[in-house]
Amino acid sequence: MQFVKEFRNPHLAEALLAQISQVAERIGRTRSSPVTVMEVCGGHTHTIFRYGLDRRLPANIEFAHGPGCPVCVLPKGRIEDAIGIAHRPDVIFATFGDAMRVPGGSGSLLQARAAGADVRMVYSPLDALALARANPERQVVFFALGFETTAPSTALTVLRANAEKISNFTILCQHITIIPTLRALLEQPDFNVDGFIGPGHVSMVIGTQPYAFIAQDFKRPLVVAGFEPLDILQSLLMVLNQIEAGQACVENQYARVVAAQGNPAAMAAIDRVYEVRQACEWRGLGQITGSGLQLRPEWSQFDAEKRFAMQPHHLADLEQCRCGDVLTGRIKPPQCQAFGRGCSPDHPSGALMVSSEGACAAYYEYHGVGEAA
Amino acid sequence: MPGTLTGIGANGRITLAHGGGGSAMRALIEEVFLAAFAQDPLAPQEDQARLDLAALAQQGNRLAFTTDAFVVEPLEFPGGNIGTLAVCGTVNDLAVGGACPVALSAAFVLAEGLELAVLRRVVEAMAQSAAQAGVSIVTGDTKVVPRHACDGLFVTTSGVGVIRPEHNISIAAGQPGDVVLVNGSLGDHGAAILCARGDLALQTHLQSDCAPLNGLVDALLCAVPDVRCMRDATRGGVAGVLTELAEASNVLVTVNEAALPVHPEVEGVCEILGLDPLFLANEGKLVAVVPASHAARALAALQGHPLGRNAAIIGTLQASAAGQGAVHIVNEFGGARVLTMPSGEQLPRIC
Repeated sequence: MQFVKEFRNPHLAEALLAQISQVAERIGRTRSSPVTVMEVCGGHTHTIFRYGLDRRLPANIEFAHGPGCPVCVLPKGRIEDAIGIAHRPDVIFATFGDAMRVPGGSGSLLQARAAGADVRMVYSPLDALALARANPERQVVFFALGFETTAPSTALTVLRANAEKISNFTILCQHITIIPTLRALLEQPDFNVDGFIGPGHVSMVIGTQPYAFIAQDFKRPLVVAGFEPLDILQSLLMVLNQIEAGQACVENQYARVVAAQGNPAAMAAIDRVYEVRQACEWRGLGQITGSGLQLRPEWSQFDAEKRFAMQPHHLADLEQCRCGDVLTGRIKPPQCQAFGRGCSPDHPSGALMVSSEGACAAYYEYHGVGEAA
Repeated sequence: MPGTLTGIGANGRITLAHGGGGSAMRALIEEVFLAAFAQDPLAPQEDQARLDLAALAQQGNRLAFTTDAFVVEPLEFPGGNIGTLAVCGTVNDLAVGGACPVALSAAFVLAEGLELAVLRRVVEAMAQSAAQAGVSIVTGDTKVVPRHACDGLFVTTSGVGVIRPEHNISIAAGQPGDVVLVNGSLGDHGAAILCARGDLALQTHLQSDCAPLNGLVDALLCAVPDVRCMRDATRGGVAGVLTELAEASNVLVTVNEAALPVHPEVEGVCEILGLDPLFLANEGKLVAVVPASHAARALAALQGHPLGRNAAIIGTLQASAAGQGAVHIVNEFGGARVLTMPSGEQLPRIC
């Protein structure tokens, strides 16, 4: 078992698609509006477009593409913060590769590097710590991005830096959490989503319990899903089965990776190192209370914002970009005025065009520009 | 004589003196470059190579001329080094135009501090690859720049070759109905380099596919003289070639994803990093377009050569729908996606 090919079996996919069609047909008998299912995670968005799953669905079933791409929702101001630090002559700025192209107000980290900033691409926070060990005369700053998927590895790196008494290592913390954002979406009065395909890797850390309110308070089903095409199709079928039966509960399709209680060691690392950041901005969505993480005061010596006495930048999203409407399922990407007209993967003006996991970039890449929704 | 260096030392490093025009430079040229490349190292050294026109004219009716600059990190990697790349790259650029490669030039920019042992291995690899391809390195140049002005070593090679009258290969010559072939697994070089950089901590057995393709091209052109288009799929990968083909020939290229030959280890590296083997660089792979009626013969010719054992038919050309060339990838799910080129290199995903 390789855990990849098996979950891309086209014959099994056809069987699932046939079942999806049957349920959709039965649901269609009693409701005229289409059923909208939001895949929360950018990885799911990528799979859906990569395999053309959206084009295989019955007419009354639609995907809405959620806010779970941490690179897409990086606010412009935060990129400016990063560029400001990276340009300090004493700094080596370490970042994951796909954050390098994200445009801020004055350009990207890739452009900052061309202008002389020492920006290095790393594959893990431990690589950044190794840079700090190897360059004791420089300040090494790690751009700590991502949801609970990556937050534990940053936390453990901070703990290791502390244990090794490494004094030239800090993080620019932009870790975010998905639950407050899902709640904020659900509280919008015109939020037109009937059920969720829940994030797989975040759930591997936090487990399935944190989603309970979605079923209990908002009466929407959520199925935690894996990232291969069969995972997505099976999860969609599970959501539709619940909708047909008038149920709303949290189910776990990705049981080969996700345990109901999550990963207690990873959660303990998160709790030990971070606290909730009250004001946290998401590109395309604005401020969402309590949706960010910051270092606890006892780890402030590892906080780049404190070490460099930084004044955070705040830059508004472009008005013509309707990322928020795409993220909430109100429109499809090509219905945005900016899509393909000033906003493209090479020159993203909106959040969702930034990473290949963003809904607009996925549309652009896999459907082409001229296509209507 | 190898191993008994007098002028430059066996285990030393390049210094600025090696580019200074004096005896150190002369020793470097004679003991490293001429020793490896010259047919007759004792023949008088002129400022230019001289090629006999009559001999070239017997081989064909057009001269092909190409140049390429080579930079790679690390300089040495499983399956080759920058020297292998520099010779194979230029030989392949000639070969895919239907040209029989004749002679190469090689210009080196060396960084102060470069280990002579590394330079020797690079030069030996160049001589080996040139011998394998049946070409001579007939002229060259060396400059030394201060440490940090260059990352170890840069090489530029240029090459000339002769094209026979019957071959008219062009990226713009694809026609609806034609068939697209590749000569083997995609992305081996790109994935091997990523792993050789060492910062992924992935243990693989991946090797660069770096190889001179002129022998393989000969075999293909003998079997199918009217190959319409041919490109080596280096930077930008097979995706880059197909995109250019679609635009230049104004056709719809439909690729059958299930037919793409990809080494399982390359697939694994791509899974982990969120990369697509279609976009990874190759250094010993070509894309060929032939009329459908010759597809089987072309495939057999490729598979009959050691560098084409895993050759495959990967797609077809159709008339473009809106008068605009495009590449569609059809997967086993019956879904199709449009292939678009990223603005730069693919960057690994965060999670």
